Amino acid sequence: MSKKGWEHFPHQADIGIRGFGSTKEEAFAQAAAAMTAVITDLEDVNPKEMIEVACEASDEQLLFVDWLNALIYEMSTRRMLFSKFKVNIEENRLSGRAWGEKLQRAKHNPVVEVKAATYTALDVGRDEDGGWMAQCVVDV
Amino acid sequence: MDIKTLKKKSDYEWHIEPFGKMRVPAIIYADQQLIKQMDTKVYDQAVNVAKLPGIVKASYAMPDAHWGYGFPIGGVAAFDAEQGGVISAGGVGFDIACGVRTLRTGLVPGDIKPIKERLAELLARKIPAGVGSRGKIKLGPKQMDEMLTGGARWAVKAGYGNEEDLRYVEEGGTITGADPNQVSDYAKKRQHDEVGTLGSGNHYLELQQVIEVYDDEIAKAYGLKKDDITLSIHCGSRGLGHQIGTEFLKRMVTSASSYGLDLPERELACAPINSPVGQSYIGAMRCGMNCALANRQVLTHLVRKVFAEILPQARLTLLYDVSHNTCQVEEHQVNGRLQKLFVHRKGATRAFGPGHPSLSPELRQAGQPVLIGGTMGTASYILAGSKEGMSLAFGSACHGAGRNMSRRQATKQWQGRDVVRSLAERGILIRSPSLRGVAEEAPGAYKDVSAVVKVSHQANLAYKVAKLVPLLCIKG
Repeated sequence: MSKKGWEHFPHQADIGIRGFGSTKEEAFAQAAAAMTAVITDLEDVNPKEMIEVACEASDEQLLFVDWLNALIYEMSTRRMLFSKFKVNIEENRLSGRAWGEKLQRAKHNPVVEVKAATYTALDVGRDEDGGWMAQCVVDV
Repeated sequence: MDIKTLKKKSDYEWHIEPFGKMRVPAIIYADQQLIKQMDTKVYDQAVNVAKLPGIVKASYAMPDAHWGYGFPIGGVAAFDAEQGGVISAGGVGFDIACGVRTLRTGLVPGDIKPIKERLAELLARKIPAGVGSRGKIKLGPKQMDEMLTGGARWAVKAGYGNEEDLRYVEEGGTITGADPNQVSDYAKKRQHDEVGTLGSGNHYLELQQVIEVYDDEIAKAYGLKKDDITLSIHCGSRGLGHQIGTEFLKRMVTSASSYGLDLPERELACAPINSPVGQSYIGAMRCGMNCALANRQVLTHLVRKVFAEILPQARLTLLYDVSHNTCQVEEHQVNGRLQKLFVHRKGATRAFGPGHPSLSPELRQAGQPVLIGGTMGTASYILAGSKEGMSLAFGSACHGAGRNMSRRQATKQWQGRDVVRSLAERGILIRSPSLRGVAEEAPGAYKDVSAVVKVSHQANLAYKVAKLVPLLCIKG
């Protein structure tokens, strides 16, 4: 049975995010949830509005960071937070959907803004149970 | 970090002699205590930087060094373009030209006491801070490009401040050689609502009191004396800088092999200075620097408006504005020869010594002010660049306390509400949109800034001038 869900891991100045899943797509989606949890409580974000992102990169690690950075861009320019994610990967192309709502400071009490997903502690891979894991440090 | 892995040169200077692919030594400025607290990642990262092509003299780590992105935070490294030297997006950081600006107010503690609460409320209301906050200034495409090439000078021309301010901003308020065509529309769009915003995390706006002066003569040159009230702003280039960092890190990773660069780690992504990617990054990064300078100038204007309303007798004049995430072209003496170098300072502050030609005449004799931000509950320091420091780490010093605890650990240890209360008991007012944010930034989560500053002084990187304590703090 492979691991599910997401977790944070420590970095001295910033914070690490890690997603698990039975597929790579699921691990990417869970890591995105971990990123939102850096900013606010995930359950406070109502997944009522959907946005789409697309990215392309030469390998799965770069693709993972691109996916997170695409979401950071959407959060920043739309002033939104997201709590539900769906990812499709075909070769080196990713198309993703994220559901969320406009950021409301009184409701979401956002802690910190994520500036960027980084290549620090970056890893995408499989564990011995055959499950997928995707992780990196985000700069806050 | 295991001190036994280092070669002691003095109580404050430790070397890692070149091994493997290192081209130069790595040099750490710290005392035994600070070295023990340093993550071993600082060792690895300082060593990795020493492997990059065209590096000159050494890869340096400042007393507040900690685990960064490719480069250590608190890292300094200079490269010679003629020797195949590189420029690194990670060596500048995502928050391009994040820095500190300090203003004198002409006020004394007695002026603040009766209006402190009101001042805190009004500052919290008028200064856009925290996640999702928006600035009031919206720039069209042409104005955006003017801001990116003009920096603080653009802001003054647009009515945010006065000509006098620019004498006390690095490079006179404008970084030359900025090329807005190298900045993507994404980066510009990300900045649309963020001109004149403070940001979040460790960014702040703080009212402070000078509680100790270490060097009367330099303090006088800086217009400071004991009990003076000052105001400091710590923030950077906002969404625009973050997006430039993100995009170029990827471009540098994917182009590295085509330039024959063998990267020890992906995050150390860089490009030769004399290459299309390198030149494109330089043009964009300088826009990021101007964006940060403009942002701190606009925030200064907003602060002045608040003071005009509550304390019309205050006169907010600029002491200095200096960034600590940069790559700048500078001339330095290397082996008795003046060389033009690209000096990266990632979480390190430029600290030019007395007589440096880039300083305005008012500051030239005293040396450049070096502004070191502390935490909400501790202290900030003003130092002065030293003559000796120019031959140590290319005229550089520390930038702050540096964390010694992760954000998660901090929230386990402290509640935001308790942090606010215990600081209020000590007369420090905190205003923040996020209590969890306050807990993550709790003073105890940082190293002792006084120890970091003391070592910077003892190592001759920069000399102590004054110590400032917070009175009220607007946290992003």
